[in-house]
Amino acid sequence: MHELTLSEISRLLAAGKVSSMEVTSALLARAATLGKALNAFISLDEEKSLAQAAAADARIARGDGGRLTGIPIAHKDLFCAEGWRTTCGSKMLANFVSPYDAHVISRFNEEGAVLLGKANMDEFAMGSSNENSYFGPVKNPWDVTRVPGGSSGGSAAIVAARLAPGATGTDTGGSIRQPASFTGVSGIRPTYGRVSRYGMVAFASSLDQGGALARTAEDLALMLNVMAGFDPRDSTSVERPAEDFTLQLSEPLAGLRIGLPKEYFSAALAKDVATPILAAIEEFKKLGATVVDVSLPNQHLAVPAYYVIAPAEASSNLSRYDGVRYGHRASDYSDLLDMYKKSRAEGFGAEVKRRILIGTYVLSHGYYDAYYLQAQKVRRLVADDFRAAFKTCDVIMGPVAPSVAFPLGSKTTDAVQMYLEDLYTISVNLAGLPGMSIPCGFGADALPVGLQIIGPWFDEARMLNVAHQFQQVTDWHRRAPLCGA
Amino acid sequence: MSLSDADVRRIAHLARLAVSDAEAEAALGQLNGILSMVDALRAVDTTGIEPMAHAVEMSQRLREDTVTEVDRRDAYQATAPLVEGGLYLVPKVIE
Repeated sequence: MHELTLSEISRLLAAGKVSSMEVTSALLARAATLGKALNAFISLDEEKSLAQAAAADARIARGDGGRLTGIPIAHKDLFCAEGWRTTCGSKMLANFVSPYDAHVISRFNEEGAVLLGKANMDEFAMGSSNENSYFGPVKNPWDVTRVPGGSSGGSAAIVAARLAPGATGTDTGGSIRQPASFTGVSGIRPTYGRVSRYGMVAFASSLDQGGALARTAEDLALMLNVMAGFDPRDSTSVERPAEDFTLQLSEPLAGLRIGLPKEYFSAALAKDVATPILAAIEEFKKLGATVVDVSLPNQHLAVPAYYVIAPAEASSNLSRYDGVRYGHRASDYSDLLDMYKKSRAEGFGAEVKRRILIGTYVLSHGYYDAYYLQAQKVRRLVADDFRAAFKTCDVIMGPVAPSVAFPLGSKTTDAVQMYLEDLYTISVNLAGLPGMSIPCGFGADALPVGLQIIGPWFDEARMLNVAHQFQQVTDWHRRAPLCGA
Repeated sequence: MSLSDADVRRIAHLARLAVSDAEAEAALGQLNGILSMVDALRAVDTTGIEPMAHAVEMSQRLREDTVTEVDRRDAYQATAPLVEGGLYLVPKVIE
């Protein structure tokens, strides 16, 4: 059962060949064993999941099921789900049981999908290795001594190990694409504003965007059909008519112009990562695509700009954790100020504190113009580079990460080295663009390599079409780690 | 420009984070490492460039001035560390 893709399960459910109870039970059994070994979930609730499965079966029997009715989906543990613990990977929220549903959760519930469990993640989505979780690191299903990437590391490991056919994630600086690349699954971060942030625990509000991880582009399209859409409760939700992301999947790629930024193929890119990516581009040429050279001259400024803007927004967003209305409160304090300081010191982990401190500094009196305002100006330069590039190409392709999945513990001592992991993904977030990672081969130590596909604003349907056509002529997305076979 | 120990303690106070001596010392080196990476921005000529405050250019949407939230006080207070009679309890603020 677990080897089936989301689309395959959807067809079997609709045809009455399997029930959601059967699928959900089988996956819950795997979650209890393999899921536990990988530390991929933070919370499971068999009773709740099975109740949703039973309701889905009844709905399918009545003949009013949708494409995702009865499909078990894992949700990154920063999407609030009523009655579920929503921890954001933090001690701060370790006991927070959400009193309401995030917009994304409501949409999956309306569709009749099953909430299989809450996926492990880097604390407050800050990290590129999932080693910053209060609940312990997630292990990469391809090699349990390696990281799965982050911050949506649990979601990626769940899809790669065939623990669920799909999972939600969020991508503030690469947090869907990089773990998708490290675990050999497909992932999409939509255009900023596509997916409502309502009920999604905030990290950096001008960069955060919810998205999906699954095995195929077709499955991502089905998930996006449910997740995307206007929500008045998110002030930056874009008002656009609903779109069916599956409609363009089958279109041929003849005439597609692929932009290759020279900055993405410099000497910094490891050869074992470059080789499968270049081979994938050859594959696209066979499908009728042409290649154009483009340039993103301010690409090298993306990581520095991000590490001003994201911590600044985080320090502001995370000021809500005061130990008063929800979250951890220290047990021993002398006055109100002491209560704030101790509650926050005890509730947040090292990386979160580091970013709060950086953010507080760059926003503080006398430094705002030099750091924050300057970073926002550079942000526009980075976005303008993409605007210029898309005048000559339809999609941009390149690496997702500079290497394959690295060993657990190998980058935890140097924050800056960990930040540079997101070298190829961060500029997309600054510009607000949609980005994908799809499996395109294997690099060093037989570990998966992802191909990044970046599209113009709101062009997800075309990107999914490009990815789907690649997946019709290649089988990288069908390769499973031993534990997922 | 690099931070001093006093800067780190001032920032931690502004951020309402208690720091031990050992934490302040460790943070000093890490924050200076990050700031030196970020310093690449300062050399960029951004004369005449409009700051980009958000990912997608859009104006603030306004809604009707009507009540849209339902009263769920009990559900929301159920997650609070300390409440009594519908009020959040904190240490004495005014002596």
